Amino acid sequence: MKRTGAQLIWEVLTREGVDTVFGYPGGAILPAYDALVGYKNIHHVLTRHEQGASHAADGYARASGKVGVAIATSGPGATNLVTGIATANMDSSPIVCITGQVGSNVIGKDAFQECDITGITQPITKHNYLVTRAEDIVRVIREAFYVARSGRPGPVLVDITKDAQNQEVDFIWDEAPIALPGYRPDLSALPEEFDRAMQLLSESKRPIILAGQGIIMSGAEEELRKLVEAAHVPVALTLLGLGGLPAGHACNIGMMGMHGEAWVNTAIQEADLLIALGMRFDDRVTGDLATYAQNAKKIHVDIDPAEIDKNVKVDVGIVGDLRTVLKTFNERLKPQKREAWANYIDESRGEAEQHDILKAADEGKLYAAHVIAELRKLTTDDAIIVTDVGQHQMWEAQYYAHNQPRTLITSGGLGTMGFALPAAIGAKMACPDKEVWVIAGDGGFQMTACELQTCAQEGLDLNIAIINNGYLGMVRQWQEMFYDKRYSETPITSPDFVKLVEAHGLQGGRVETLAEVAPAVRLSQSEPGTRLTEFRVLAEDAVYPMVPSGKALDKMIRRPRKKPAIRQDT
Amino acid sequence: MLNPNEPIQRKAPQRQRHTFAVYAEDKPGVLSRITSLFRRRAYNIDSMTAGHTDVPGVSRLTVILESDDAEARLIEANLYKLVNVLKVEDLTHVPTMKRDLALIKVRADAEARPQVMQMIEVFRARIIDVAPESLVLEITGTGDKIDGLLEILSPFGIIEMVRTGGVAMTRGSEATTIHPHFVHAVVPQDTSS
Repeated sequence: MKRTGAQLIWEVLTREGVDTVFGYPGGAILPAYDALVGYKNIHHVLTRHEQGASHAADGYARASGKVGVAIATSGPGATNLVTGIATANMDSSPIVCITGQVGSNVIGKDAFQECDITGITQPITKHNYLVTRAEDIVRVIREAFYVARSGRPGPVLVDITKDAQNQEVDFIWDEAPIALPGYRPDLSALPEEFDRAMQLLSESKRPIILAGQGIIMSGAEEELRKLVEAAHVPVALTLLGLGGLPAGHACNIGMMGMHGEAWVNTAIQEADLLIALGMRFDDRVTGDLATYAQNAKKIHVDIDPAEIDKNVKVDVGIVGDLRTVLKTFNERLKPQKREAWANYIDESRGEAEQHDILKAADEGKLYAAHVIAELRKLTTDDAIIVTDVGQHQMWEAQYYAHNQPRTLITSGGLGTMGFALPAAIGAKMACPDKEVWVIAGDGGFQMTACELQTCAQEGLDLNIAIINNGYLGMVRQWQEMFYDKRYSETPITSPDFVKLVEAHGLQGGRVETLAEVAPAVRLSQSEPGTRLTEFRVLAEDAVYPMVPSGKALDKMIRRPRKKPAIRQDT
Repeated sequence: MLNPNEPIQRKAPQRQRHTFAVYAEDKPGVLSRITSLFRRRAYNIDSMTAGHTDVPGVSRLTVILESDDAEARLIEANLYKLVNVLKVEDLTHVPTMKRDLALIKVRADAEARPQVMQMIEVFRARIIDVAPESLVLEITGTGDKIDGLLEILSPFGIIEMVRTGGVAMTRGSEATTIHPHFVHAVVPQDTSS
């Protein structure tokens, strides 16, 4: 059976179970787009910028657990993917990017739209390929999918020259097996390590589980729940771990880190055992390492051996798939009760709640936190929330209690502004029956607002909430706290968002008071098609509590109690 | 070879010279992937050499750098994350022979030549080119030995010098060379659909 290289791309994608790809055509990928016409089983979403395609593939992957696919042409098409690839790399999201490349005879000659995309993406991909012969296409794309989703998932880029796409070769699926002699993602733990871990756990009086995205990626939610219930261990979650254990679970004490709740960070500092599961001790989670959980023994479970001892030196390192590891934990576990420790954390929680912004009196100003809290009340547990990066992201994490995995999609590691809208497009394509909300700030939204037209062309039913405070809020907050309130380049104007979406053929509305929030949310939910709602919130609100960068985890800045809680808006 | 689950030793970090033998697939760009890893993780390489092995398609690198044991473990783990890397051995704590090769062009006119020749003799270097005013020597040995010769020759005037960087091999009959099929990945069942 003869096929062109371009057809082979789609043949492999079909066999990998791909039904949706995100991309943007161009010169060097033209043969692939021409061949696409013959593959009606694959739906191509035309984004308005290649960055949108890579974020959409990422959002698709995070919502579904499957590999997301982004396609772009050579040169600028490929470089526009880069931010999305780096985002996926930092958050271990499995995506495969396929880029066209100039003909193999002109590589290295600075041909039109030539760029060394495998060189550029080498540090931000799990692996990448340059393919110059059609006969390699099947094997390489198969490998790309396998590498992307196995072990610690991550992005893989496949750069295919135009001549390779045009060549005709025999297509024999079985003769193109994966050949990765150096790739061993299937590491598993040794029994001795379990002995030591179980011993540490049984001896511990004040243990805490630090659960990260690994729980969700390995599908270990149920094993985690069994573990914490049997061993009676409080669980703190990372930003990307939210949803790994239901927010309503009695053992879930909340999010840790820079904007984690005070009682969570204090409990971590006072613990005698940290059990880190599928998280990587990011600096936003640990604060100052020298003062981090000094009295605690530490167990670290991760699928990536290079994470063990990277940031925090641990007493027991267990490498393996989290679900398998936790299953072994649960088989060997003796049930324990730790009432005193649970009560202690509960007591510190009561005090902290006095600081809560939700308790603030309604003075006619709209707080972002209230918007999130209202949204939570009006959405079901399986709604997917896709956030951008900044203050609204932290408020979402604090006030939207996620009860299910894969319901929060957010750029954690790289902190990519502009992520939300395109990632939500990917999430909605992956889960068309679920309610999907974009929550973005006025700054980040403008970075990728062109993707509104993608929603229009696809007829997508997205709900978009813009938390507009007229500032690049998180940077402004740092300027307020650490740069003597010099608001250098953080005041930002916005277009009339309602007119903007209307120009895109979509619906929009604006909300300025708390009373209007719930009706606006309901309207967005009931209306078919994408609807954008702009929430005009207090301009100079700050996210509390906050651990200043590089400070000890329990040295938090708390929300000032009465006045001046929030400076008056001008 | 790295065992990721080995109990982690907690010692005061002691920096010393670590030698890694890295086996990698002989494919375009692999060397760049390895150097890129060292660069982005901010590991400072003393020397790095690469060449073919007796197994077609497999190249072997010797990487020498200063680190403590904990960092060395992370370097090893990170090297394994490169898909094209087949095997990594930390040769630091096993009996190993290390060799470096240098070509040295030294000023040696008729007057100085006997003295230079004498030094060369002591260091068991070889003369591979003779010109009226200079000699070119070849020396193999440990890095220290080459440093020593250079020091002694420098008063005569070193015109040019090139060194290969270290290569290393374990002692004894066991080969450190591996065959790629020994380390084939196990491809698990596809569960994504």
